[in-house]
Amino acid sequence: MNFIHEAIVWLNDPLNWTNPGGILAELREHLVISSLAVLIACAIGLPLGIWFGHVGHGGGLVVAFSNTTRAIPTYALLAVIYVAGVAGIGAASAVPALAIFGIPPILANAYTGVRQVDPEVRDAALGMGMSGRQLLGRVELPLAVPYIAAGIRTAAVQVVATATLASLVAGGGLGDIIYAGFGLTIARGGGQILAGGLLVAVLALLVNGVLGIVAHFVTPKPLRPRRRSRRGRRAARPATSGAPA
Amino acid sequence: MSFLGSPALAAPQADASNPWFSWHYIQQNADQILTDTRFHFITTIEAVALAMIVAIPLAVLCYWVRPLAAPILALSGVLYTIPSLALFAFLAPFVGVGVTTILIGLVIYALLLVIQNTLTGLQQVPEDVRDAARGMGYGRLGMLWHVELPLALPAIITGIRLATVSTVALLTVGVIVGQGGLGQLISSGLHTNLNRAAIATGTVLCVALGLALDVVIAGFGRLVTPWARRRAS
Repeated sequence: MNFIHEAIVWLNDPLNWTNPGGILAELREHLVISSLAVLIACAIGLPLGIWFGHVGHGGGLVVAFSNTTRAIPTYALLAVIYVAGVAGIGAASAVPALAIFGIPPILANAYTGVRQVDPEVRDAALGMGMSGRQLLGRVELPLAVPYIAAGIRTAAVQVVATATLASLVAGGGLGDIIYAGFGLTIARGGGQILAGGLLVAVLALLVNGVLGIVAHFVTPKPLRPRRRSRRGRRAARPATSGAPA
Repeated sequence: MSFLGSPALAAPQADASNPWFSWHYIQQNADQILTDTRFHFITTIEAVALAMIVAIPLAVLCYWVRPLAAPILALSGVLYTIPSLALFAFLAPFVGVGVTTILIGLVIYALLLVIQNTLTGLQQVPEDVRDAARGMGYGRLGMLWHVELPLALPAIITGIRLATVSTVALLTVGVIVGQGGLGQLISSGLHTNLNRAAIATGTVLCVALGLALDVVIAGFGRLVTPWARRRAS
């Protein structure tokens, strides 16, 4: 249990937080990389998924894209994009790689969300004289919000987790702390490795929790899952399937 | 302070003498490529097999003892959220830098996928089918073995496929403890003047291994569930 003690000591040293390259600086970099990646993933995944869902085509494409990205190791994509040199050095080259892994959950959930709208509701809206765009904006999108929110949440958690690997290709972020610890060998860096792992894990769980609360509040009230209605009509529970990162 | 920070890598630059695919590189490093591929393959099989041995009984337990399902699934959800590098970081100080560390990590991630899918499969067995089986005199174990598990098989196979593909991809993170399989090729490429051929070879082999295993398991799944095929056609 020696390492646990060392990890606590390491975390307790204020210099390890405030140094250049310390926890706070790495955390900032981690969050900047992740936010950019999620924004890009949203910019690509949301319109595509919503559009596919609205016109009712492209489901096969969505599944195929998700399955293919699952088979590509994050580390490999990070390395390829870094070495290709298209995005620049370090942190900048990690962003596109992370964005690619953020797209599938957003795309798939947006597609499913729009697709799962009851055809009768859609018919009723059309019968009321709504145009295609009104149908999308006033009926399909509000009903799809729980799915879309779940997709963005899954993607964000996955990107924050995956951003740890950016340190393996000089991309920075909290992974640097773990990486540097391994560089010191286990005997000397064990405490730091453990502390780094703890920081990353806590950050991922925190992002998951906070976005869960956000998802709850952006969901229109009637669509929120009810706690006690086990047998009654269950509110749609979006399927979130991410890949381990 | 210099004790923190990313590994020093050369800055990438366009270079005609550094091709993405090079037959010369493959010939020169055939032994290393073969060793890494074999390690990747064997470790994946070991991790998924261990995960199955633990996960399927756990899923059955969740299925039989309903109150256990929620906490086990919640715990697996939490573990699933933890980044792989962090998980290896938790394990390495205690288990050491070796194949055991990544094996434990991989088994944990694969475990969750198999548990969730097996449980879903078992819960999808229709109530009237269970009633009929009970009426035919099946006990709990008999019903599980002869009725419920076979009907859940397609879902279990799906879980194993997902687990296998993600295990192949995750294994590359093992480079942090020097046990990354094909990830070692990518790592060596990064650290020897950004050798593109090494990185591309490692990446392509890794994706190919994942997809090949996926196809093999899917084929095996079709073979052992002939009734599902008949219904589909």
